[in-house]
This record gives sequence, structure tokens and C-alpha cells, in this order.
Amino acid sequence: MIVVKQRKIWFALSAILFALSIWAILAYGFQFSIDFKGGTLTEVRFEGTLPAKEQIEGALNALEIGGYSLRPSGTDRYIIRTRELSDTERLQLGDTLLSISSTKFTIERQTTIGPTAGAELQGKATKAIAVVIAMIVLFITFAFRKVSKPVASWKYGLATIIALAHDVIIPTGLFVYLGHLHGFEIDLLFVTGLLAILGYSVHDTIVVFDRVRENLSINHEKNNREDFETTVGKSVNQTFARSINTSVTIFITLLALYLFGSEATKNFALLLIVGLIAGTYSSIFVASPLLVTFHSWQKK
Amino acid sequence: MNKYTYTSITLLVALCLLSFFLIRSQRPGSSYPFRFGLDLVGGTELVYKADTSKVTDVGGAMDSLKEVIERRVNIFGVSEPLIQTESAGLISGNLDERLIVELPGVTDIDKAIELIGKTPILEFRLARADSEKIVEKNPEATLDDIFFPAELTGRYLSRAQVIFDPTTQMPQVSLDFNSEGKAIFAKVTREHKGEILAIILDGTIISTPVIQDEISDGKAQITGNFTPEQAKSLVRDLNYGSLPIPIELSSSQTIGASLGEAALDAGVRAGIIGFIALSIFLILWYRLPGVISVVALVFYVALSLAVFKFIPVTLTAAGMAGFILSIGMAVDANVLIFERAKEELKKGKNIKESFQEGFHRAWLSIRDSNIASIITALILFWLGTSAVKGFALTLGLGVLISMFTAITVSRTFLFAIAPQGTSNLKKFLFSNGLHLK
Repeated sequence: MIVVKQRKIWFALSAILFALSIWAILAYGFQFSIDFKGGTLTEVRFEGTLPAKEQIEGALNALEIGGYSLRPSGTDRYIIRTRELSDTERLQLGDTLLSISSTKFTIERQTTIGPTAGAELQGKATKAIAVVIAMIVLFITFAFRKVSKPVASWKYGLATIIALAHDVIIPTGLFVYLGHLHGFEIDLLFVTGLLAILGYSVHDTIVVFDRVRENLSINHEKNNREDFETTVGKSVNQTFARSINTSVTIFITLLALYLFGSEATKNFALLLIVGLIAGTYSSIFVASPLLVTFHSWQKK
Repeated sequence: MNKYTYTSITLLVALCLLSFFLIRSQRPGSSYPFRFGLDLVGGTELVYKADTSKVTDVGGAMDSLKEVIERRVNIFGVSEPLIQTESAGLISGNLDERLIVELPGVTDIDKAIELIGKTPILEFRLARADSEKIVEKNPEATLDDIFFPAELTGRYLSRAQVIFDPTTQMPQVSLDFNSEGKAIFAKVTREHKGEILAIILDGTIISTPVIQDEISDGKAQITGNFTPEQAKSLVRDLNYGSLPIPIELSSSQTIGASLGEAALDAGVRAGIIGFIALSIFLILWYRLPGVISVVALVFYVALSLAVFKFIPVTLTAAGMAGFILSIGMAVDANVLIFERAKEELKKGKNIKESFQEGFHRAWLSIRDSNIASIITALILFWLGTSAVKGFALTLGLGVLISMFTAITVSRTFLFAIAPQGTSNLKKFLFSNGLHLK
């Protein structure tokens, strides 16, 4: 019952993290990857000694390709991000690298995305997030249509959305901050991760709400006059073990993915882990107590 | 023996057959191999934007574009190329028609671009009525100023070949149009008798013959000043594909084979370690039902992998991440059921009743929460470039398959072994958590 009784503490904790995330987003802004803004990414692996960063910078400056970012990746490679390069410019880049490096090198990965394709994807990603949220509110309103007493079914939807916002903004804030520190970028995989978190967050919240729904109908059948606060508290307690255990099982697989998985999905796994923790927290400590808060506002 | 025992045996036999299939189909030459994305095997992906502004039948033009590119790629000898078109519109969210070419194993991007980009665009254009005046006034007039399209393009070509002029022995290129092209050619030559019909290849005028008479047999000759070699290569290019519509490269990606291989190994390793760690947790916490949920999970993995082979699902790094995540999520239904059964056990019901109640009561929340996950997967699939589509597909299929394995399979096994009695040992085996009773 502590979950519902002490809800102000949990709300405050969430609110602080939420505010910090918003602050991080506003202060540092999104570092979009070439997926969204277009450009060329080149990953070069050197055999033998890795040339110094200054050496490569000097060579890149000589090429007239405008601003670029150069980051070492692992122990034997560099990632070079530039504006969209034409066919000839790509060949020039290869020749330049050849001229500065005495050791052999391989272009492991090169991606070029045109600016229009990037902008288009940006629009599509925004739309996808909006559509997911809208569909889920509609679905919850529908699924809980029979329990409009004592709290209207759309308020279950509203509580879910607040929990959703919480689960998406906090990992985003953290990633924007990490992006500032380590150069993580907002790419398509990041948006995919956010949408997966959205799905999980709702999945988790529904399980708790379903228990509230069931307890309400049991009370109704038995003519039990139970306080709404008590019903919600009881439901949270009953689903507590399940919420934690499901999170643990998913956490185990994500941790394996983070520790042993491919480099390409490492940040993705980290994002999902943060989202998972936020999602589990919010379905227990945010969404359900919010129902009680909505109910108490109704009474006033 | 009750009916659950028989069903359990059937399921176990099915699992053996499924495993046998999975192992057998891994041998080289099998018709059901796993299909891996370029990020796992290395290769080149090229995304082209097609300019469909001048055609009316967009779908038809895209289909023939795809055919032409397929022919081109095939003569180049790439194993298992994948060529897809994506249409524009609200459903796909694309602003333009796209052609996606995936070339596994090709890591020389410039060679790949040349291979596809070099396909000639053959078109026929009629001179405008005042074309001579235009040229006089403006010597730098472009093709578009002087000519207008005659609706006839390389798209309607069925065959090109080299012939030699019987008198001059000069090489010529003869063209045969297909039935559609024949009709257009006849119409154009009938309606524009005496006018110039220019033959333009890749934006360069090859020849500007004057239409003498209606041509109804769908045959034409190009008499440029070709050397025999030029004529031969032109014929080859035309036969292997004159592009029906112009295309423009909008994005490209190359991944080295070693990078892909490392990603694949890492994904498999993460999956195996995750699965083992998860099994240990389930058995320690959920005891006997935990063992059953691990068996259900083995079913889940085997069934999913078989489905991936059959559909087939292209596995990418993100797709493998989706599958590994779904292994964790597949357990959720079992967790819900077992926790519910434990509550009923506490109320003093016997083991069988408790689990019956557990399955019954957990169903609604399993259903509703999984519908929410499927909605998300569908929208992700829509958003998708190939990486995201892979993730969405493995996650969505995972939810569906896990509904079967976590509910049907685990129920069958549980009731096959669920004892009647209420002894403490039995209760211990079927309960869960940290406590001992």
C-alpha cells in the first residue's frame, strides 16, 4: 500500500528525473545521425598502427569537403562523418587516406544518405511515434470501456500516456546527455528503441490496470464497498511480483545483448535497459497512483 | 494417463521433428537457409529514387524497372541479390517511388553503382514544328527545347541486335518492339509522317531519321556511325536493360564482410548466454513450473527460427536484437500465470485447481497487453527501413508465437505432470519465490 499512500514521493522522484531530462534535451539538443540529416559515414579499419588523429585531420582538411567529425572507434578504426559525398569525392577520400597511412586500411562500412531521404525519414519517425500513441490511447479506452466507475475509462488512457511520456523522455534525456559526452547519435535505431519502449510501457501498465479492472468487478459483484485507493493499492501489490519478475527476465536478455552482443546494437540495448527500468517503475509508481489522484480530484 | 499426457508426447515429437528440420536445413544447398541482412554478411545496398513524373502507369513502369535491374545484376554474377520496389504514398510514407538493390558480398560500392547506373536510357523523341528556328535563335538549346517525347522508350523494347548494312557493310543496330511498343510505334509513325524522329541514348542524339512511312511491324534500325564494338556493346546494354524511367541514387551503404561476421557471431553469442541465464533464473524462482516454462521457451525458439526460415525473415543485427528481446518477453505470460496460480495456492486450493484458475485469470491481461505490443510492431514495420523492419517483424512474430508456446504448450505440460495431492513437497515444487512453503 506504500505505493499508493506515499505517491507524492514517487511522483516527485519521477518529476525530478523528467525535469532533468527535459533540461538535458533543451541544453544539449539532439545530435541527429546521418539517417535523419543526410551525409556520408565512413568507417576505416587500419591494420598495424593506428595513425594519429591529427594526421587524419590534416589530410581531411586538405580535401574540400567542409566540416566533418572524426572519432576513433575501438582500437583499430576511425569513423568519419561528412556531408553527403559524391562518387568522385568518395574516391578522393580513399586516396587521401592511402597517402597518409603507411599501413594497410580497409573501408569497413560506408553509408551515404541524401538530405531529402533523411528529412523524409525524420517526418516518418515523428508520424510513427504519434500514431503509436494515438492507437494505444484508443485501444485502452476501448479495453477498459466497461469500467467507467468510479474513474472514467479515458482516464486510464490518460494515466497510461503520462507513464508513456515518462518512459520515453527519461531515456531520451539520458541519451542526449551521453550524446554530449560520448557522441551517441539519434539514429533510426534509437527511434526504434523508443517505440519498443512505448510498446513495453503500455504492455506493463495494462497488466496492472487489468487487475484493477478485475478487482473492481469482484467488488461490484460482492457488493463490497471498498475505497478506490484501497482497490488500486491491492491491485498493485498483487501484480508487484509479476512486474518485477518480467522486468528481470527481459533485463537478463537485454544485459546479455549489451555485454555480448554486436557493437551495432550496444547502444540500442542500453537504451532498452533504461526504458525497461523506467517503464517498470512508471507502471507501478506513476500510472496506478495517478488513477487514485484522478479519483480524488473528481471527488472535490 | 490423461489427455494432457498424450498431447505432451505429441508436442515433444513435434519439437524433435522441428529441431531435426532446423539442423538439416543448415546444411549447404538447403532450400530453407536463414536469410541474413547485409549488415551481418557484408555487402552493398543502393536505394534509388525513380522519376515517374512522365509516366502514367507508375506500377507498370516500376515493375519493368525492377525486371531490368534484376537482369543487369544477374549478368554481373552476384549471388542472391534482392531487388525491391517501394511505392510512394500515405501507407508507405514515402514521397517518391523507390528501388532498393541489395547486393550481398559486393563491397566495392563504386563498381556496384557503375553496374547499375550504367544502364542506358533509350528514348524516341519528335522534333517540335519550329525546331530549326529554335536552334538558329539559340544554338545552346537543350534537348527538351527542340524535341518532345514520343511516348516510345526502351521500356517497350523486346530485342536489339547488330546487323550490317548490305551495301556499305556499316554496323547498324536493329530494334524489335514488343506488342505494346509496336502499337505505339505504328501510331507515332502514322501521325507524324515526314517529321524527324530522334533516337536519343542517355541524353545524346544518336540519329535523327525522318519518318518515311508508317511502320507497323515494330522494327527499327539505328544507323549511327558505330564501330562494330560500339554497336555490340550498345546491343548488349539495350538487351540487358534500357531503363524505362530515369533513376537517381538517393542513399547507399556498404558493409565489410568481417564487420558483418563479427556482428553475427556476437548476436548468436548474446542470444545463447541470454537464454541460459534466463533459464537459470526461471528454474530457481519458479521451480517445477519454471522447468516447464524453459521447455516452452525451447519450443518458442525452435518455432520462431523455423518461421524465420519459412517466411523468410531477413535477419539483421536489429532483428536479432528484437528476437533476443522477445525471448525475455515470451516468458511474461508464464510469469503472469505462475504468480496467479501461487495466489490461488495460498488460498488453499489444490495444485490443479490453482493452475486452472491461474491460466483462466491471466488470459485477459495477456491478451490485452499483447495486442498493445502488436500495434507497436505493426507501426514499426511501417516506419521501416530494412533494419527496423527486421526488428518489428521478429518482435511481432515473437508476440504471436509466444502466445502459443507460453499458454498452450506450458499448459499441456503442466497438467500432464500436475499431481493430485497437497503434500508439502508437492506444494513446494509448484510454488515459487524465496519462501520455502
